[in-house]
Amino acid sequence: MSPKFIKPLAAGLVFLAGSVLAYASLEFPDWGDGNSPAATHVSPHYIQKSLEETSVPNIVTAVLADYRGFDTMFETTVVFAAGLACLLLLRVFRTKPPATRYFRHLPTGTVVEVRGNGLKRMPRDDFAPIDSDWVPDDLINRTACRIMIPFIQLFGLYVIAHGHHSPGGGFQGGVILGAALILLALSRDLRFTKTRLRESSTGLMSALGVFIYAGVGAFCLLSGFNFLDYGGLAGILMVDPVTARSLGILFVEIGVGLAVMATMVLIYNNVASGGRMEEGL
Amino acid sequence: MGEIVSQIAAKYNYLAYIALMMIGFYAMIAKNNLVKKIIGMSIFQTAVILYYISSAYKTGAGIPILSHGTGHGHGEQVIRAADYINPLPHVLMLTAIVVSVATLGVALALAIRIYDRHKTLEEDEILEQLKEK
Repeated sequence: MSPKFIKPLAAGLVFLAGSVLAYASLEFPDWGDGNSPAATHVSPHYIQKSLEETSVPNIVTAVLADYRGFDTMFETTVVFAAGLACLLLLRVFRTKPPATRYFRHLPTGTVVEVRGNGLKRMPRDDFAPIDSDWVPDDLINRTACRIMIPFIQLFGLYVIAHGHHSPGGGFQGGVILGAALILLALSRDLRFTKTRLRESSTGLMSALGVFIYAGVGAFCLLSGFNFLDYGGLAGILMVDPVTARSLGILFVEIGVGLAVMATMVLIYNNVASGGRMEEGL
Repeated sequence: MGEIVSQIAAKYNYLAYIALMMIGFYAMIAKNNLVKKIIGMSIFQTAVILYYISSAYKTGAGIPILSHGTGHGHGEQVIRAADYINPLPHVLMLTAIVVSVATLGVALALAIRIYDRHKTLEEDEILEQLKEK
């Protein structure tokens, strides 16, 4: 079909779909209706019983990790699989060494260009390798990010650990921790980020997160309970089953946070460097 | 006439999500550039998230975190379901947001691979290159 017709055809299709949905929404419950079907079946049970059954005041966390534990486990697996797909699509393991390398003389800020493959690194310590698209040495960015990143990471850990009592949990905290590392990569470069969190560590940690989640579930199975029924942890933690549920939720949230953080960094590193893992922001 | 206006005013959240969804859907079908298609996919996902989150709202209710003392077993404390908004759509969308970030990463990775091979992200140019082979 000629591309000329695609735009009007698409506009027609979109308006058709939109008007069908708008017509259907006349039958939907009003905004803020407390008696809507979504708010009447399982939702009141979650609100009224979750503190009694799981000892977790944040109902969202309780539903996420306990009532709907299977769903969340496979969501974590989806995140892991997306990171794996990025790695397999982009990662190039054999690259030609670049024809030209650039180094910055740190005390003076002079940039040195080295042609040919002979010199892999400068013989003296006060030279640092820089990217070929010339990232300027920005003292303000570097210092500001160095001050901010530890606090962002601390906040990420708080969001994971305190997800039972305040808004938060593994997904949110994992994204904050991943964002802190991406900020590090933006303020320095990929080479420096790889010295802080190696590429193999990101892969291992995203797999480890899924493993922790499934492992907690399997441990419950071993102690004679259902898969992901955290009451089975009561014996080894020496607490009553209700508190064991709260702690079990914390364990799986740690797994989720680890997987999400590592996957975010993995995806960013691969997309930013085009899979070569040498240069990039 | 007044009846229709009051009906629309009571359900304006649905109109907002339909408008967002139409923008995203149009970008996914009609835009020529692959990155613009990916942006359209993100807008579409946002529309679905908005729809779910707005269905969780109850007039006069607070966030779904119970006020509590220490420990558990506050049997005497009465929890009314009408005081807290529906937590279930929040749970579903919380995971959906993270998964949408992950799918965005995969989509961008595919776009980078396509750019490596064809040196363009314009759909018609890619199709022409594929026809020539």
